[in-house]
Amino acid sequence: MDGKFIKFGKNLVTTDEFVAEGHSFCVGCGEALALRLACKALGKDVIIANATGCIEICTSPLPVTSWRVPWIHTLFENTGAEISGIEAGLKILMKKGKMPERDIKCVAVAGDGGTSDIGMQALSGAFERKHDFLYLCFDNEAYMNTGIQRSSATPYGASTTTAPAGKLSIGQTTWKKNMAEIAVAHDIPYVATACPSYPFDLINKVKKGGEVKGPAYVHIFSPCPTGWRYPTDLAIEIGRLAVETGIFPLYEVENGRYKLNIDRPKLRPVEEYLKPQGRFRHLLDGEIAKIQEHVNEEYAKLKAKVACFAA
Amino acid sequence: MTEKRLKTGPDFIWRDMEVGNIVTEAGSAALRRTGDWRSQRPIIDKERCNKCGLCWLYCPDVAIKLLEDGYYETDLFYCKGCGICAKVCTREAITMIEEEEE
Amino acid sequence: MSKRVGLEASFAAAEAARMADVDVIAAYPITPQTHIPERLAEMVADGELNAAYIPVESEHSALSACLGAAAVGARTFTATAGQGLELMHEVVYVASSMRYPIVMTICNRALSAPLSVWGDHSDAMAVRDAGWIQVFCQNNQDAFDMTLWAFRVGEDPRVLFPVMVHFDGFHLSHVTEPVILPEQKEVDRFLPRFQYPFALTPDKPMTHGAFGPPDIYSEAKIAQEVAFRKSKDVIIQGFKEFGDIFGRYYHPVEPYRTEGAKVLLLTMGSFSETAKIAIDTKKNKGESVGLINLRLWRPFPFEELCQAVKDAETLIVFDRCISFGGPGGPVSSEIRSALYNEKERPRVVSFIGGLGGRDMAVKDFEYVIDQGREIVEKGSEELFETVGIRGEVTGIRG
Repeated sequence: MDGKFIKFGKNLVTTDEFVAEGHSFCVGCGEALALRLACKALGKDVIIANATGCIEICTSPLPVTSWRVPWIHTLFENTGAEISGIEAGLKILMKKGKMPERDIKCVAVAGDGGTSDIGMQALSGAFERKHDFLYLCFDNEAYMNTGIQRSSATPYGASTTTAPAGKLSIGQTTWKKNMAEIAVAHDIPYVATACPSYPFDLINKVKKGGEVKGPAYVHIFSPCPTGWRYPTDLAIEIGRLAVETGIFPLYEVENGRYKLNIDRPKLRPVEEYLKPQGRFRHLLDGEIAKIQEHVNEEYAKLKAKVACFAA
Repeated sequence: MTEKRLKTGPDFIWRDMEVGNIVTEAGSAALRRTGDWRSQRPIIDKERCNKCGLCWLYCPDVAIKLLEDGYYETDLFYCKGCGICAKVCTREAITMIEEEEE
Repeated sequence: MSKRVGLEASFAAAEAARMADVDVIAAYPITPQTHIPERLAEMVADGELNAAYIPVESEHSALSACLGAAAVGARTFTATAGQGLELMHEVVYVASSMRYPIVMTICNRALSAPLSVWGDHSDAMAVRDAGWIQVFCQNNQDAFDMTLWAFRVGEDPRVLFPVMVHFDGFHLSHVTEPVILPEQKEVDRFLPRFQYPFALTPDKPMTHGAFGPPDIYSEAKIAQEVAFRKSKDVIIQGFKEFGDIFGRYYHPVEPYRTEGAKVLLLTMGSFSETAKIAIDTKKNKGESVGLINLRLWRPFPFEELCQAVKDAETLIVFDRCISFGGPGGPVSSEIRSALYNEKERPRVVSFIGGLGGRDMAVKDFEYVIDQGREIVEKGSEELFETVGIRGEVTGIRG
């Protein structure tokens, strides 16, 4: 930790690494990059509660740890509750004078399964009770750690091991659960989507989410070469394509007000995003057209929400 | 790179467990070599490099190090050889070569 | 001055948590435990207790929030019962394995199905092996005393294990009895401020809850087991310190009028008080009987138990739980196993009754003692016997 920065145009990025080298994320993992950047945004005055999942497994093999910030993992589905206890605990200990007053960010980290499936209830409870915490969902769109099983965040048409494409199936037959919108529905002060292909945007959002008083949620698109079956050097491009096709738009919702951070006048065709990925390889033109139609619709809805709040 | 060793396997006995299996040494996993996963390695061509730092920024494995002269080098103790650095380099200053090639 | 007041066991436990100056309470309502968090919430609302009260959305989250709070060094309390404890189940193991000295009171309740909010010990037995220190209370004074004691013992740096204080749903939780409440300064003398040595803080970043690969999991578990068994010394020391300050002395195994008794009855929880009356009645008739109240359930007090029963001919163990398809009630099977290698040991008769709120009156315990003695005399022990079931129970022997 030397507190130095590297300058990228107007953006400064710390050289401090809060997740040490020697972690066991897969080769070319987009999530590992997203985590690295998010932790840079958070800095050292943080306590992280991590749900079971790729990040947990790849960073904490006893008797060693990758973490250079205080970190705790207990279970899969309870991260919302655990961070509630951490936040309430710190607050009351400071209030009672048992701990010096200081700013410690309480941050929960989980995957898409740990968030939009099994951890939803605990997270909803924590949002509703308005604890002061930031929740980071690293979304690699399936249960990757256990071997690419479908989750409610798996996109339509993707082949996974529990919703495989076959003679009678296209794989996932349901549309991806919109977790960011579910967070918005809890009327929390800050919700954002981010992608490591846009590192400064990601860093800014995580920083903002950490600084906001009350619950904040950042949904981070995390390309997975292993589960999505694309070459290990493509994480950044896949992320960019997801954003530029409108499949994963980058937006923020501050106190209920929507703002698109990247808005292309014309979206790229979804095919460009789907093609390089093995999980979509089986899709025929009809299905691709269906996905295109859905993306157009969802994107239009999002733009309408943004327009609602335009000055 | 100095050879780093972990107290694991037969050296590690139950009395070595901290209360609650807590790990008190922050970042101790940095002792683990992940470079041996690699099937290809990045070679940085200093001539082409403009020190933009994108390879450093996008490396998922913290395996690109900033040198004092502003250039970057790969840390092969950790580099898993994904090739992201080569892909994001706008100057084509990084080439991936097969591990067996020297 | 200590004062004597009428309190439900639930309110007594809440008082103990208040006097312990807990920092964080996370709880979810469930009958018959609800009065405890209700009372604590009221205390926080009225400023009688300076604590964070987290009204979580489930029991799973209740104990999970406690994990988080304990990890940053807060004194942490929760309460549950029956289904709530079952929903918590996986978190229960995590709390002990990560060595967070959370205190949890359980108003013992039956398990579904059929749904029953009423008392028995099925919930407790389902977490028997979860690595928590566990004690059973006989009355409301016990509920207060054990809850306070639980903080002292669990937080001891030589222990650092969570503690479960069991008291019977409704039979204690909702019944008002006189309870002696000590002065705050006595409580403060008994219970020092909690200093958790591994609290999560940016000043010294630690990793809690790293995963255990096969080359280390076994070592982690053995380390936990050795530490857990060793906690018994502090448990006993804690009972002694409690007695020295408050005048009430507790023990892992508590014999009642057992001197020279040939037939012993062993019970846990509030039924011990009813059973005592049955023992008195029989003693008055000149029968050679006595009672063992088993207070400490985990870590199991093998030595104390063997010592307490070695001179008896018959030991009747009363369970409020069925271990389906197993060797009898869970307590009796435990005790049979504890005694198996002993040279001098009584015959053990297992009785199951008092399920799902079914009461056991004095005469029922007299019946149990008579039956138990007769069974041993005839040598006709089955895996277990039942009491109070309508209709002849057959087909128990494998």
